[in-house]
Amino acid sequence: MQIYLPIAEVSVDAFLLLGLGGLVGLLSGMFGVGGGFLITPLLFFVGIPPAVAVATSTNQIVASSFSALLAHVKRKTVDFRMGTVLLIGGLIGSSLGLVVFNYLRALGQVDLLVNLFYVVFLGTIGSLMMIESLNAMRRARNPSGPRRARRQHNWVHKLPLKVKFRVSGLYISVVPPLLVGVFVGILSAIMGVGGGFVMVPAMIYLLGMPTKVVIGTSLFQIIFVTSYTTMLHATTNYTVDIVLALLLIIGGVIGAQFGAILGLRLKAEQLRILLALLVLLVCGKLALDLLLQPAELYSVSAGGV
Amino acid sequence: MFRIILILLILTGAARAETIVLGLSQDSVSITATFDGDDILIFGAVRRDAPAPTDDGDLGVIVTVAGPDQRVSVYRKARRYGIWINTDEVEVDNAPSFYAVATSGPLQEVLRDTSDLRQEITIPRAIRSVGATVQDSAAFTEALIRIREADNLYQTQINGVDLEQDTLFMASFALPANLTEGDYVARIFLTRDGRPIDEASTVIPVQKVGLERWLYNLAHSDPLIYGMLSLVLAAAAGWAASAGFAALRR
Repeated sequence: MQIYLPIAEVSVDAFLLLGLGGLVGLLSGMFGVGGGFLITPLLFFVGIPPAVAVATSTNQIVASSFSALLAHVKRKTVDFRMGTVLLIGGLIGSSLGLVVFNYLRALGQVDLLVNLFYVVFLGTIGSLMMIESLNAMRRARNPSGPRRARRQHNWVHKLPLKVKFRVSGLYISVVPPLLVGVFVGILSAIMGVGGGFVMVPAMIYLLGMPTKVVIGTSLFQIIFVTSYTTMLHATTNYTVDIVLALLLIIGGVIGAQFGAILGLRLKAEQLRILLALLVLLVCGKLALDLLLQPAELYSVSAGGV
Repeated sequence: MFRIILILLILTGAARAETIVLGLSQDSVSITATFDGDDILIFGAVRRDAPAPTDDGDLGVIVTVAGPDQRVSVYRKARRYGIWINTDEVEVDNAPSFYAVATSGPLQEVLRDTSDLRQEITIPRAIRSVGATVQDSAAFTEALIRIREADNLYQTQINGVDLEQDTLFMASFALPANLTEGDYVARIFLTRDGRPIDEASTVIPVQKVGLERWLYNLAHSDPLIYGMLSLVLAAAAGWAASAGFAALRR
């Protein structure tokens, strides 16, 4: 069934959009990533103008994250204190990122930079997670081997302004989570994503949070940062398409519920390997687009969209 | 002297003896929620005050439909540092968002280049690009045409005008689903020997209606409310799904 999107000004199959939303929602519920890094490129492929795709995907992330967060709140796997610290950093970072984004747009190379950001960050994080998860699986299979202490004391524990994060079982400085929040906020504004794919590994490996609370807590931060971004896009560029968002959301919220159930059934290592594979897959696709000669060398951009 | 003027007047009067009477299958195009492109039929007749001239060359009919003009940026990629990036850009000042041209016969028979240049009838003539700083800027306008032709936004239909007995004509245009809103201008040219002898034009408004119209207006006039609405909708949908699934599991 074809449906005309009032802001994007294109006609797209409604079921295709529902399916895309469902797929991304499933991942959102499983891994605690907003799925923006997937939905934005997918929307490009179905012919949505890039500016609308970026703005609308932030709105879709709000919905699927909210749905998934409620599931986590019920299981008490959200560290609200940690989430608030990350959120404060996120809002600062998002505002900074928007300034950078507008500066790059003035230079006329914003597409390339966004693509490079995707390839570099997805590539690095995907590889790191893959290696770490494979090592963890090897250790699990061979228990006599050396086992690393789960929570090491590194530089993170030597900083001042220590706060007790009871749900995470941590007593650390607020500076590292604040910096993680700022960094994720910058990425989210430049790449048009929630930033879960950066935040989740950072929380596990840098802050030493237990995997169990990482997903719920990152969802909590993502909801507010993406809401903020949605409002920024809606008020400055008028590029949030509510009909497109609604279709993606309907698919997404249903997918997210299944994802949350599925996520509980899988082991943490398996979950991480799957996420790593997915991240590397998207990274590889984007890298190929940059490296291989495109079939059409020219591209058209009309009326600022 | 007076005689020469009189003869000229008669001659031009004779040239004006064939005029266009125009009709449209619909006065406007409404973009609804389920809009999936539309067909427009432009038809008409040649009205004659005198019998058709026999020595002025063959009669030709050309119909064009143009969407609102846009400023368009065309980028070209080149390989730099091992990756493909946009290196050159050409701004096309005026390119119609939609352009279709249909003729009653082969282009060189119904239209002369000079007339095309003056009336801006064919697609390359309808696009104006001035002040391009890149050397081969023609390649950029060609690319623009190629890309938009692939999207059905630019159409050329040679023999697309059905001309019956040099009097009745009819042309059908398929408007694609990704239309830009605005006033679409349909122009009809009557030519003899490739020179236009009469021209008629009409405006076909293309507009969003109903919910589409309301949402579009809200997004532009009250973006704050629109943004809030999007967020509330998102949160509500998220909560509803969560509550619904909880109820299902119980």
